[in-house]
Amino acid sequence: MIDLNNLSIKRAKDSFEKGEYSPSELVSEYLNVIEEKNPQINAYLEVFRDDALSQAKEAEKKIKDGTSGKLSGIPLAVKDNILIEGKIASASSKILSSFTAPYNATAIERLKKEGAIFLGRTNMDEFAMGSSTENSAYGPTKNPLDESRVPGGSSGGSAAAVAMNGALAGLGTDTGGSVRQPASFCGKVGFKPTYGAISRYGLIAMGSSLDQLGTITNTVDDAEKLFSIMKGKDPMDSTSYYPEEKKAKDGALTIGIPRELFDGLSKDVLENVESAINKFRDLGYKILDIELPSAKNALAVYYILMPAEVSSNLARFDGVKYGLHKEGEDLLDEYLKTRGEGFGKEVRRRIMLGTYVLSAGYSDAYYRKALSVQKLIQKEYEKSFEKVDLVLTPTTPTPAFSIGEKTSDPLQMYLADVFTVPANISGNPSISLPNGTVPCGEKSLPLGVQLISSNYAEDTLFRAGKDFLGE
Amino acid sequence: MITPEDIDKLSNLSRIEVSEEEKISFSKEIDSILEYVGQISELASESGETEQTSSVRNVFRQDENPHESGLYTETLLKEAPDSQDGFVKVKKILSHD
Repeated sequence: MIDLNNLSIKRAKDSFEKGEYSPSELVSEYLNVIEEKNPQINAYLEVFRDDALSQAKEAEKKIKDGTSGKLSGIPLAVKDNILIEGKIASASSKILSSFTAPYNATAIERLKKEGAIFLGRTNMDEFAMGSSTENSAYGPTKNPLDESRVPGGSSGGSAAAVAMNGALAGLGTDTGGSVRQPASFCGKVGFKPTYGAISRYGLIAMGSSLDQLGTITNTVDDAEKLFSIMKGKDPMDSTSYYPEEKKAKDGALTIGIPRELFDGLSKDVLENVESAINKFRDLGYKILDIELPSAKNALAVYYILMPAEVSSNLARFDGVKYGLHKEGEDLLDEYLKTRGEGFGKEVRRRIMLGTYVLSAGYSDAYYRKALSVQKLIQKEYEKSFEKVDLVLTPTTPTPAFSIGEKTSDPLQMYLADVFTVPANISGNPSISLPNGTVPCGEKSLPLGVQLISSNYAEDTLFRAGKDFLGE
Repeated sequence: MITPEDIDKLSNLSRIEVSEEEKISFSKEIDSILEYVGQISELASESGETEQTSSVRNVFRQDENPHESGLYTETLLKEAPDSQDGFVKVKKILSHD
């Protein structure tokens, strides 16, 4: 038996080298866990059993030959909106239920080159729209730590896969917190890089100015390792960029606390955040109160800009080029039927909301105004990072909520992202670190603490994260 | 105030068929979301910050070295619900009457 609990890339690689176990044995162990737990948890929509086993054999050979890559034999879970050539990528939507990816996402290509093994594709909120993975066309994912609760979302399948020991690490996408929030709910490390740091080529787009690929891992070191492989300029994504020069600073670090944003948090959550602040103080970090007066408006900005981009991005799903097709009287009727039946409720809601905020007579009041407030928020963060190296908040206002608790009130669901959205609006990199548990009924559930840094200072996040978790 | 008639218009613009029943629930939900996001209207005017440009810049490149024509046609057409002679097939768009 291999101990999969909190297994890291480093530890797995050491074990391969020492011959404690082989990549095939590790992959088989994960496949066994998936077989046992997935029917209940529904983290994976599809498991690539045969591919994974044959890739493991290949990795074994390379390790023996001394030609292995940085990730040879490391098994990963991949969110269903990231393209793997020859595999279905449905974004958990009916409209793409049979869509087979004709090419690899750049991130997948780069991980593959280093020998990573893809165990399967994981469940998500349809087109990454949601905070609980309840908006999937293929049923909700359950939180492995408490099956009556959600794993968070939209990358809930990848988070649950890692939390149930069904993968060493998971890939997700984060448009408003979709990697960090489920990581917080599942007690894992969730990392979203600076906007554009990882190519979006081969990601099924939601809000293109906000989308960024991220990771869900057991350790900060794993996030750093995966990031170092995936990051950087890609000719296939003109928004991809990563500077050569180092942006992180050496020496003692200062953490800014925007306390004004903590208004309305429960006593348990507040105590949890305070414990994190104290821990950093004990570790020698300087703590400074800061103000981010516009950050509280980030969620409102997000629910204008994101649906606006959704409404144009999802226009491509028309039943003509790929995916579901419904017969109608004429072409228009086919569009109406295909999109009416193919998209779930939340997706249709956001497309119509986006159409509204972009429509003549309203775009000035909503879309253009949101862009100007976005600018304001970006400036406030920029200014804070002249004084502090990191900004600390809770990742989520509550621990994992119950399945069904927020499905009837979309606005309540949106508020679950109130702490994660600002980093998407500002574009800054951010990491969620597990910070113990808070009491929740008869159980205790994990809660994350979030750090945000200035653009391209991911190394500062990794350094603080490792200090915090004692890595 | 968003009415079911507004949803009717929006669903047409978005090319999404919506049932009568859903027009009512969507109108209520979208109304409450718009009320929430409306909070920014005051903030933006207070700040006097009305620029729309962001610090993000376009990255241009020459449009050169195209791949061989037809190289991906077969792969991509395999995903199309209907095709004929290397083309995606759709219902007639222009009518004669």
